[in-house]
Amino acid sequence: MSALTLTLKHRPDQRVDMSPLVPHLLEGLEPVQIAALELQTGKRKVRVDELFTISGSDIQTIVIKNSFSKLDFIGKELQGGSIKVEGDAGAYLGFGIKSGEIEVDGNSGLYTGCEMKKGFIKITGNAGDFLGGALPGNKMGMKGGTILVKGNVGERAGDHMRRGNILIEGNAGDYCGSRMTAGTIAVMGQTGRFLGYAMRRGTLLLWNQPQLSASFNDCGAHTLAFLPILFASFKKLNSKFADASVAFNRVQRYAGDMSEIGRGEVLVKLP
Amino acid sequence: MIINGVTIDATFAEAFPMKATRAIITAQNEKWAMISAQAMTGFATSVIACGCEAGIERVLDPSETPDGRPGVSIMIFAMGGKGLAKQLETRAGQCVLTSPTSALFAGIDGGTRIALGKNLRYFGDGFQVSKLIDGKRYWRIPVMDGEFLTEATTGQVDAVGGGNFLVLAESQPQALTACEAAIEEMRKMPNVIMPFPGGVVRSGSKVGSKYKSLGASTNDAFCPTLKGATKTDLSPEIESVMEIVIDGLTKEDIDKAMRVGIQAVCDLGAANGIKRISAGNYGGKLGPFHFHLQEIMA
Repeated sequence: MSALTLTLKHRPDQRVDMSPLVPHLLEGLEPVQIAALELQTGKRKVRVDELFTISGSDIQTIVIKNSFSKLDFIGKELQGGSIKVEGDAGAYLGFGIKSGEIEVDGNSGLYTGCEMKKGFIKITGNAGDFLGGALPGNKMGMKGGTILVKGNVGERAGDHMRRGNILIEGNAGDYCGSRMTAGTIAVMGQTGRFLGYAMRRGTLLLWNQPQLSASFNDCGAHTLAFLPILFASFKKLNSKFADASVAFNRVQRYAGDMSEIGRGEVLVKLP
Repeated sequence: MIINGVTIDATFAEAFPMKATRAIITAQNEKWAMISAQAMTGFATSVIACGCEAGIERVLDPSETPDGRPGVSIMIFAMGGKGLAKQLETRAGQCVLTSPTSALFAGIDGGTRIALGKNLRYFGDGFQVSKLIDGKRYWRIPVMDGEFLTEATTGQVDAVGGGNFLVLAESQPQALTACEAAIEEMRKMPNVIMPFPGGVVRSGSKVGSKYKSLGASTNDAFCPTLKGATKTDLSPEIESVMEIVIDGLTKEDIDKAMRVGIQAVCDLGAANGIKRISAGNYGGKLGPFHFHLQEIMA
């Protein structure tokens, strides 16, 4: 059985809500029934086969070809299986994902992995603002799982993050780790301004010295025993994070945000 | 059955069901991992008065430990899950948390989960940090030498306690030498501990006592000084008897350990004063697991 492959025929002008195209909602449907499903685009609904050419029938493995940045909510609340996006993905990729894997070989938009519960999201390109964050007004962002971004990410990565890992091989924008409750964000590249703004707990693991706010206090240089275990957990990833030569256990520890409860930490690799 | 001049009695050792857990202690070097492990498994020879039976299973290579440092694997056995959890937590708190450079990890992944460092975290007074890595929860507790890293829980499994055999020799030094040889071989076996001092117990007990308050008392049938004063189980030439007690995760683990232990004793043989191998048989009163010596050595 080959993967259910949806190849975009043309790029619609309006954004498309892709949330019906997840394995658990396609279970038991024949290809003709999948073709007849309706997707919201702008203020109208269109049949799946109006936008996509459909081939294959394994609904546990979905491939979206010719994808572009207006395909929103890909893999919404995914409960298992995998989705591969060839091209870019729109906003809310992997929104509330509960398990399974999503891989994008291009870029993803705003709110990637927003309020995700578990599972794995991999972005080969860049990701937009509020990666792993919470919807506006909500207080719980990502609650588990791992997001790996090979490129750069926008602002407010991990906003209100509660648990899980966000791994960024490139740079992170301003307010990275803002209002974090817990979890780990690792950034190999540069970080922007207001790092860890109002973070309560959690770990920001950095390879480069950041520009820190006055509300982060230096706790000195330390060798931390949990870091080798954390790095060992990255070994199965197809990523720079899996490379033993990038791992370290000697860090400068900064505690903050002291304007909040100050139980968070920024760990910066020491030479 | 006679092996190298040593008579193997047609009897069986009796053992009983216990609950067991394993923990891995690591440290900056093997010396300090061992110091912590020895402290944690101290005063844990018999459940009769210690609350648990504990011992060092083996030394671990850095490649075998979760944090890549030298480590020691320890096992604790108790009669019930509650007692085991209490002993584990108390010992972890007093003997590992306190030990310089130590870290503490689960040694059993499955089983019923019991607290390892889950409650020790409160020592951190609010500064403790939790990390969930690959589905396992760890606690980082700030301490004066840096950070104490501990896994939150470890596994508790059903196990077997009290497997044993007796070494009957012509002299005390010969009995001890034979037991030392046995312990050296048995320590190479996985999933077992020999909880008594150095693995050897010289005060084997029988069930019951003339004193009502005591549940166990000296095994007079095997006391050489009572050969003429009680219903003895010893022949005239036996001057000393020592026992090796084994707790293991399964009956098969104990079987294997007993086999290598008895074999090591028999290798010394009658020429070195070893006359008989027997076992603590309480007529089926002590426990449902029976280790028939001759079957084990067959």
